[in-house]
Amino acid sequence: MSVRRLGPDQPASFEFTEQNLAWARATIAKYPPGKQASAVLPVLWRAQEQNDGWISRAAMEYVGRMLDMAYIRVYEIATFYTMFQLSPVGSKAHIQVCGTTPCMLRGAEDLKAVCRRKISPDAHQLSADGAFSWEEVECLGACVNAPMVQIFKDTYEDLTPETFEKLIDDIAAGRPVKPGPQNGRQLSAPEGGATTLLDNSLYDKPRTFERVEAPPPPPPAPPPSNAAADPAKPKPEKS
Amino acid sequence: MPKIKIDGSEIEVENGTTLLQACEIAGAEVPRFCYHERLSIAGNCRMCLVEVKGTPKPQASCAMSVNDLRPGPNGEPPEVFTRTPQVKKAREGVMEFLLINHPLDCPICDQGGECDLQDQAMAYGIDRNRFHENKRAVEDKYIGPLVKTSMNRCIQCTRCVRFTTEVGGVEDLGAIGRGEDMEITTYLERAMTSELQGNVIDLCPVGALTSKPYEFKARPWELRKTETIDVMDAVGSNIRVDARGREVMRILPRSNDDVNEEWITDKSRFVWDGLKSQRLDRPYIREMGKLRPATWNEAFARIAEQIKATAPDRIGVLMGDLNSVEEMYSLKTLATQLGIGNVDCRQDGSPLGEAGGRAGYIFNPGIAGIERADAILLIGTNPRMEAAVLNARIRKAWRNRAVPIGVIGEHADLTYRYSYLGAGPDTLVELVEGRGDFIEKLKNAKAPLIIVGAGAISRPDGKAVLANAAKLAQACGAIKDGWNGFAVLHTAAARVGGLDICALPAQGGRSTREILAGASSGDIDFVYLLGADEIDMASLGRAFVVYQGTHGDAGAHRADVILPGAAYTEKSGTFVNTEGRAQLAYRAAFPPGEAREDWAILRALSELLGKKLPWDSLDQLRAELYKVAPHLARINQLVPADAAGLQELADRAGAMASDAFHSPVRDFYLTNPITRASFTMAECSALRHRTRLQAAE
Repeated sequence: MSVRRLGPDQPASFEFTEQNLAWARATIAKYPPGKQASAVLPVLWRAQEQNDGWISRAAMEYVGRMLDMAYIRVYEIATFYTMFQLSPVGSKAHIQVCGTTPCMLRGAEDLKAVCRRKISPDAHQLSADGAFSWEEVECLGACVNAPMVQIFKDTYEDLTPETFEKLIDDIAAGRPVKPGPQNGRQLSAPEGGATTLLDNSLYDKPRTFERVEAPPPPPPAPPPSNAAADPAKPKPEKS
Repeated sequence: MPKIKIDGSEIEVENGTTLLQACEIAGAEVPRFCYHERLSIAGNCRMCLVEVKGTPKPQASCAMSVNDLRPGPNGEPPEVFTRTPQVKKAREGVMEFLLINHPLDCPICDQGGECDLQDQAMAYGIDRNRFHENKRAVEDKYIGPLVKTSMNRCIQCTRCVRFTTEVGGVEDLGAIGRGEDMEITTYLERAMTSELQGNVIDLCPVGALTSKPYEFKARPWELRKTETIDVMDAVGSNIRVDARGREVMRILPRSNDDVNEEWITDKSRFVWDGLKSQRLDRPYIREMGKLRPATWNEAFARIAEQIKATAPDRIGVLMGDLNSVEEMYSLKTLATQLGIGNVDCRQDGSPLGEAGGRAGYIFNPGIAGIERADAILLIGTNPRMEAAVLNARIRKAWRNRAVPIGVIGEHADLTYRYSYLGAGPDTLVELVEGRGDFIEKLKNAKAPLIIVGAGAISRPDGKAVLANAAKLAQACGAIKDGWNGFAVLHTAAARVGGLDICALPAQGGRSTREILAGASSGDIDFVYLLGADEIDMASLGRAFVVYQGTHGDAGAHRADVILPGAAYTEKSGTFVNTEGRAQLAYRAAFPPGEAREDWAILRALSELLGKKLPWDSLDQLRAELYKVAPHLARINQLVPADAAGLQELADRAGAMASDAFHSPVRDFYLTNPITRASFTMAECSALRHRTRLQAAE
């Protein structure tokens, strides 16, 4: 993470499309009256989606006005959450490379080197043609398929520098790409097929289970003799 | 009420008390940065850690209530320790973390010597640092002409953010980014818009926010501190004036829960550079249309000559907004001795003091009484401009208790939501007649509060407006046993004092409007202005004008003789605030040049006129004064006024003109001669004005 500022080139205006506006109104209506500011995260996120993947100053102020919030409050939120981009991102792909420990150990550094070479030397910078940008992010939760990247809403896993480069080239050329593991693996199943429980005879018998009852509780201890002598007498209260 | 044992001593505290407050009650000192008793609790500095018996980790005492603690196994009260090794270690650890990114620039920091971080690092920190990486660097922000930022020093306590949002009522400041990269700023570095923004300088526990005009001017230990009273508005905020030599270096608030809590307005805080420029430092006499420096004797002789040549009924005396009671009493006594009846201390032309007794012109419930009120009506006033600190109290009532607020007058941004009822007297009449929704809220309230502003009563029909407001107060039950909700909000610090000593036209005498009309028609030949600058000087006509005051402002430009007086920081005097609380101001510095304290000038002049005032010292003057107005001797006390007078006032309710009410304060930063001489105030005013133009475009 680093200090985040609004991008230098800002469009003059922003306005929701009719469809998004209706959606935003419905979202705001989910909250009690007077609590419309609670809708700021989904509305900002939708603004980012509509605005080519980043939040412009105009979009931020538009959301502020829509939710009757001071601009500084929207600004606080937009700068707090790093998933809100404050400067333009690649038109074809904004690549978020996971750099947290499991991915790093499995070669995320190499993927970053590819990004630096093919896209731009620094994160959050557009490539020369404006089609790509990249950044390093924290764990995206696909550690079993490390290393991986996320492009918009899809993840591309089990990458090597070569497959990653091919992915970028395919996206650049407009060829269809398939999200998920890029090395032929099925989801997060073991790489190269199963290595345990290979004996087929294991699966021959029908699977049954035998119910094991818990042992019965021990009989209660006999009560003290003085209490037994006079059952009518109330027990002394514990102070 | 829960019992709690702190460092071995058992105390009983109110429900909802925090551990930190309980520790303070028990006499244990707990260091803190983010916690402030008048702001909401953030709990982010972690400096206030204490040990609670039975918990594995230290607890942030500011954010934990005593009710959250469980009693011991046998019902014994929970125990808190503030002096154990664990607490010591926790504090040292927190301090070490805070200092990781705090620059070691105390020698060039304006906060040095009065810095919470410096003091607490000395008291609770350790003498070494295990962090050898580079410190964080943060860009300094522009947040206005009054507050200088040095953001490297910020420890992100967010006191400033909470203050502007909660007390100031403007969402200016915010914290952007997060973690180590969190930064305090305004939206894209715009200037703050609050009239109370200077208070963030006091709130900031480090040197991140410091005073821009005071930048690199002085060190706190060089300054002579004088506890005195502010005169920029009628609230009578308690201030401390710090002076070095003859120069006032800065003004800080003092804490007084009944008056200003611990806030002052920017005008009170930053006006001090106006005390140094445009000052009248010697007497002047106008000769051949030009003012020339003169000696005191020359000036007095000129005045005496004019007064002796003029019939008393052709002489008028007007008193301004910044005078202390002593000099007004001197002038009033002198005028009476000379047989002059045309005396008025209300230069705005209001009818206050003519009917209704003392209850008819003071803020009866008291400023602290706003916190008892459960419905508030503002008539012809914009308290944000006229008394910003008092406005913060109204905001507090609205924020904490959702008190309904109605406004008749300007539709301005008051920092709280209110129901806008109407612009002028027609709406007031409606309420008096019992129509409209808001009257029900007033009637149902246990302690309704009706605030009448100076703007509503300084108009020609002010008498009727005041009477109608009193009638409304009666009609909605605002005046009863134990509660008098009729409140007049003054704009001038001198006004209530002047009214208390009855510096009003004598029987058959002329009021301000009549004196001015007389001067322009030639019926008045001599006008004595005691610091009166807010009148239309053109209407003084060909009269001979004496101006006694501090600054070369409107009055001095028109004057034929100028007598240089002492400003409020340069004399000892009594000021009575809008609620009728007499407070003593003390001298923090000497007046410049040949300027003298105003009561002494009048005493000297009286001797030359052959009507020597019967006192030779301020003490003797005060002894005489207290015979006339005994309540002024009760310094710092609120003397309730007899509400019976309001009946008389209400009975006079008559027809009013239908023009809309306007606040008399058009520009918050430029309301009196001292502010108009201040560079800082001019800058603020220009900025505010420009922002407004942009907003209109």
